[in-house]
Amino acid sequence: MMRTAHLFQARLFPFAAAAFAAALTLAAPARAEEGEISYPKQNWSFNGPFGTFDRASAQRGFQVYKDVCATCHSLQQMAYRALSGIGIEPSAIAAIAGSVSVPALTDDGQPTERPALPSDRFRSPFPNDRAARAANNGALPPDLSVIEKAREGGADYLFALLTGFRDPPPGFKLGDGMNYNTAFAGHQIGMPPPLHDEGVTYADGTKATVEQQARDVTTFLAFAANPEMESRKRIGVRVILFLVVLTGLTYAVKRKVWADVDH
Amino acid sequence: MAGLHKSEFTNPVINWIDTRMPVFTMIQKEYGVFPTPKNFNYFWNFGALAMVNLMLMIATGIFLAMNYTAHTGMAFDSVERIMRDVNYGWLLRYGHANGASMFFIVVYVHIFRGLYYGSYKAPRELLWMIGVVIFLLMMATAFMGYVLPWGQMSYWGATVITNLFSAIPVVGESVVTWLWGGFSVDNPTLNRFFSLHYLLPFVIVGVVFLHIVALHITGSGNPLGIEVKGPQDTLPFHPYYTIKDSVGICVYFIVFAVLVFFAPNYLGHPDNYIPGNPLVTPNHIVPEWYFLPFYAILRSVPSKLGGVMMMFGSIALMFVLPWLDTSPVRSARFRPIYRILIWVLVLAMITLGVCGARPPEGIWVVLARLATAYYFLHFLVLLPLLGKLERPLPLPESISRPVLGGGPLPGGAMAKPMEKA
Ligand code: HEC
Ligand code: HEM
Repeated sequence: MMRTAHLFQARLFPFAAAAFAAALTLAAPARAEEGEISYPKQNWSFNGPFGTFDRASAQRGFQVYKDVCATCHSLQQMAYRALSGIGIEPSAIAAIAGSVSVPALTDDGQPTERPALPSDRFRSPFPNDRAARAANNGALPPDLSVIEKAREGGADYLFALLTGFRDPPPGFKLGDGMNYNTAFAGHQIGMPPPLHDEGVTYADGTKATVEQQARDVTTFLAFAANPEMESRKRIGVRVILFLVVLTGLTYAVKRKVWADVDH
Repeated sequence: MAGLHKSEFTNPVINWIDTRMPVFTMIQKEYGVFPTPKNFNYFWNFGALAMVNLMLMIATGIFLAMNYTAHTGMAFDSVERIMRDVNYGWLLRYGHANGASMFFIVVYVHIFRGLYYGSYKAPRELLWMIGVVIFLLMMATAFMGYVLPWGQMSYWGATVITNLFSAIPVVGESVVTWLWGGFSVDNPTLNRFFSLHYLLPFVIVGVVFLHIVALHITGSGNPLGIEVKGPQDTLPFHPYYTIKDSVGICVYFIVFAVLVFFAPNYLGHPDNYIPGNPLVTPNHIVPEWYFLPFYAILRSVPSKLGGVMMMFGSIALMFVLPWLDTSPVRSARFRPIYRILIWVLVLAMITLGVCGARPPEGIWVVLARLATAYYFLHFLVLLPLLGKLERPLPLPESISRPVLGGGPLPGGAMAKPMEKA
């Protein structure tokens, strides 16, 4: 009788663990079904426990953001100095910031503008949401600072969205000023297709196809949402290695302490 | 009764303090030599894990609070400042957010342990009930914490949950207005939630203290569910269980680290990275994963008041569980039928969790209702009946007997199966 009890005890843990894992995985994809949109998994440089941001791609992506998306979308959580995280030199950052002017006050309190500093946050294209809507046919272009974390599917979704503009299928009733997009929930989006082949000219000579630009700007936006990612993963690898060793040692000590106990 | 304590500590400083305030003697008694059953399995780690987790929540929370701004217009941005500009702020925040998930994982396992091994039975009823109070306080704390970053799910989660109180007949609407401090979830709501979110964890610390006091009066249970018969059945807590708990704590930290460093948003909802907006309702409002089973119970009842009562009832049931379960045998090991039913209950809870994450339509409603029905059936009907119908296996004579002897026990030991050993 005790033998079966022990057998059962041994089986209990994996069972409970499996039950938890099953619950967590079943609950997660539940949200993906909403809106019946699909975003195929892409191979991102920043995937996986050792992934990093492809510097060249992220820098090209910054160029796409600056030249294209920034006309409509703000990036207000990010400071210019954070661009050092994708390998842009301090002098280049100062130049990038300096080319933008931000609102300021003169000594006697009159509104004026001054060149931005690296410590300033990205300047928003519109003074407020109402102005943004007015300029975009009533639709509000969301801030892109954390957009990669704010959408189911993350980077895969952004890539699918940016490459998903098509002519509507026959019979599809498109609203006024709306555009057909395969990835967007409901397939009608207020954003006009932002990317066009050779819409930007890359300094490094990379051919600027729509797909290439989408890939690059997505990499940049993934960085913008997770500027801490590389150090987070680097620290994480060390922490886990340390903990595995510590667990081994602790377990060995436990065995030693318990060696004299019949149990 | 006043008088100095005769301290046995040899270190002069410790002795001097201990003589005047015998805290060292107390620690030695309650955590050093405290007699603990020798047959714990690793399920008995989870109380210590919960304690560690609570301290981590308080530590990370205090530092977050130094950088957080409780204002509807600034809360979201202040959390982003923490993520980007505060040194290791991302570690604090991801640690705190995932710490809440870890806390619930740990406490759910801890509760499961109690259910499986009958830890709630006499004389540990009060200990169990204090545990249920802790669980309720944790839920309140986590709910209000989730409102603080003021994302879409924060705002709408707060709106949905506070609105539940409007189901109270007659005074419901006034109660909700009172809770909000206005006519919708707004700045006063956020401020009071922050205040309470800071307060409740310390209330939890106090209640945990009572939990331990009660535990050290009754002593711990054990996987056999029989009482300690003498010193041969126990070991001093230190070093045997300090080291065994340390092993568990290490493994716990590995799981925690995987979440924080490699999947920090896996258990979160993407919508909470969209600033809270009273004018835009999300497609599906879902609470954090650890509330999903209760959320599913709430939604499986067509009437609002009924749903709210079922949801609170599902937890209120836990308070009377010691009297619902009529079986004198504690451990499921010796209860052939209960041992199956407890897994059906786990399955029902997981089903509820899955249903809670899906829109309340079609098959999900049916499944949620079936699981809800089983939940209540289990506690209200099956447990009271089972004590009468089930034929428990013979109990071992003592903890050390089967441990030392191994083989089958002499007939005499098996003769009194129904006696609560
Ligand atoms: C002409 C203005 C304009 C430009 C340029 C533009 N967008 Fe948009 N974008 C919008 C508007 C308007 C919306 C809101 C659409 C809606 O809600 O229907 C939007 C929405 C989005 C969304 C959110 C979609 C969702 O799931 O809700 C993303 C992501 C996005 N844009 C990315 C980009 C990127 C990346 C670029 C640059 C390559 C860009 N946009 C360029 C106007 C623009
Ligand atoms: C029982 C222990 C606790 C639990 C279960 C808990 C839970 C939570 C949760 C779920 C969040 C939302 C996290 C997010 O998604 O961002 C949160 C946020 C927060 N908590 Fe706690 N918490 C606890 C203790 C504390 C304590 C003791 C403090 C302060 C002393 C605190 C301060 C904060 C602050 C400032 C935030 C907002 C920052 C943020 O959202 O990350 N918490 N808490």
